[in-house]
Amino acid sequence: MNATTRKILAAPSLSARFVPVWRRNLLVWRKLAFASLLGNIADPLLYMLALGYGLGTFIGNVGGMPYIAFIGTGMVCQSAMFTASFEGMYSAFSRMHVQRTWEGIINAPIALDDVVLAEWIWAASKAVLSTAAILLVIIVLGYGHTWLAPWVLPVGFLVGLVFGALGLVMNALAPGYDFFTFFFTLVLTPMLLLSGVYFPVEQMPPWLARIADVLPLKHAIDLARPLLTGTVPRDAALHVAVLIAYACAAYHVALVLTRRRLLK
Amino acid sequence: MTAMDGEARAHAPLAADAEGARPHRDGAGRSAPRDAATILSVRGLVKRYGTQAVVRDLSFEIRRGECFGLLGPNGAGKTTTLRCCLGLVDPDGGAITMVGEPVPQAAREARIRVGVVPQQDNLDPDFTVTENLRVYGHYFGIDRATLDARIPGLLEFAGLAGKARASLRTLSGGMKRRLTLARALINDPELLILDEPTTGLDPQARHLIWDGLRQLLSQGKTILLTTHFMDEAERLATRLAVIDRGALIASDTPRALIDAHVEPEVVEVYGDEARAWAGAHAGDLALRVEVSGETAFCYARDPRPLLDDLATRSGVRYQHRPANLEDLFIKLTGRELRD
Repeated sequence: MNATTRKILAAPSLSARFVPVWRRNLLVWRKLAFASLLGNIADPLLYMLALGYGLGTFIGNVGGMPYIAFIGTGMVCQSAMFTASFEGMYSAFSRMHVQRTWEGIINAPIALDDVVLAEWIWAASKAVLSTAAILLVIIVLGYGHTWLAPWVLPVGFLVGLVFGALGLVMNALAPGYDFFTFFFTLVLTPMLLLSGVYFPVEQMPPWLARIADVLPLKHAIDLARPLLTGTVPRDAALHVAVLIAYACAAYHVALVLTRRRLLK
Repeated sequence: MTAMDGEARAHAPLAADAEGARPHRDGAGRSAPRDAATILSVRGLVKRYGTQAVVRDLSFEIRRGECFGLLGPNGAGKTTTLRCCLGLVDPDGGAITMVGEPVPQAAREARIRVGVVPQQDNLDPDFTVTENLRVYGHYFGIDRATLDARIPGLLEFAGLAGKARASLRTLSGGMKRRLTLARALINDPELLILDEPTTGLDPQARHLIWDGLRQLLSQGKTILLTTHFMDEAERLATRLAVIDRGALIASDTPRALIDAHVEPEVVEVYGDEARAWAGAHAGDLALRVEVSGETAFCYARDPRPLLDDLATRSGVRYQHRPANLEDLFIKLTGRELRD
């Protein structure tokens, strides 16, 4: 293994230098905040109302709660997942490849590791914003009135770290925007359907439920759903550990692939 | 548009500026360069991609206060050399010292005192002109107050004083280029690296950039410039290096290079009969003849026999001029196309 390969595979450097890059993204977001927040609120709100009240009338209670509450708590995690994935893929790709923003930044005394770290934390930050928006919707609809509810915000951050990092893996490999469709079709959609967003995992055949057990979104929902209904999650430490493990592993892969792409 | 000359000097971009944000301004005592007059030293640089060497044993030195031109055809290794100097790619061999810091080991420390104008614009399209400068300044760890004091002078310098709050989308190509140059000065750099700064600009816009660069040189800044425009190199560079296929071919002042490699007088002959004339007569009248397309380039020490002969011919037109950098460049790198 030569020096360049060693450098590309090296452990991530974590430095506070990521802050000005993170702030840059925040500044851009602030300019479009209204539209962004509107999307964060309106989309899940429509789903919750349509599925919760529409479908919910036929279904009644699911998992011991009204269907709209059930789906709302799943929606929190789904939204964090989509927001972070989108940021790690489309937005990061615009900044890396289309606008060459990253190139400008690494000509300043900021390393590529700092830029990727900033994008990662930023994707997770946006996941928290969307988690907060949906939490608000749930509370307005009359659910989630519990002192445990705010704890879904850190859960949203963890979900953001997992899917932001996975998005950045895709970003590092992408020849163009079309490439990201694979991730939606092959990863996010199955994840969504298997992790218990729309129906309890227990409904599925055991072998399928076992697959769900290794999916990060399932662990996030196992944390978020009890928190929003006022109970402390069982095996919370395990779920948090799984999410952190996914996040760190995916981030390292993303970083290695990004270094390989840009530092040759 | 005369924004960059005359009165603008009074508002020299950073002259009035405090010492505040020059964290490593004076390297003396810390990691003092061997030779304080040398701001960039490249020794035996080698860079390979796979089995192909794109930079081969390249060495050059840039002294403080000069404008050094790195010339070469497309694919000669100019941009790769710059990326190595900035520490963005690791060389496979050789040693680089920039502003007294070893690169790539202390590349970040070095970049604190260097400004870069990239080949392709990478300004932030979502920000205004001022926001572009301010956000970039934050990457250097410069505080808001220092930036607010510094930005008006930079906008004046770039001829963008009236555009402080303008959206990027309203700027012309030339304005964006000047903003990129201003952005590269946000940290008051000792060394300015420009990668083909005027490619794609119209003549007026190019002259504005050149005026700005000359103004910076007169303030004592050092410039490293890559270009494949010979007029640009001739106007700006005090010394230059010609590289081709990753290797150094020649390095000196423009005048000395021309004197050393090219005959002093050139007669360009063109027109329907030019090729036939060149085949039949030029060899006897000129020291060297090169035919490219419909034009014959005749190089000579004494052009009179050539001119006397041409005066009697019909079907050809000609132009007599002193040898320039373009002649040197073509002589050293050949006429065939590079992609």
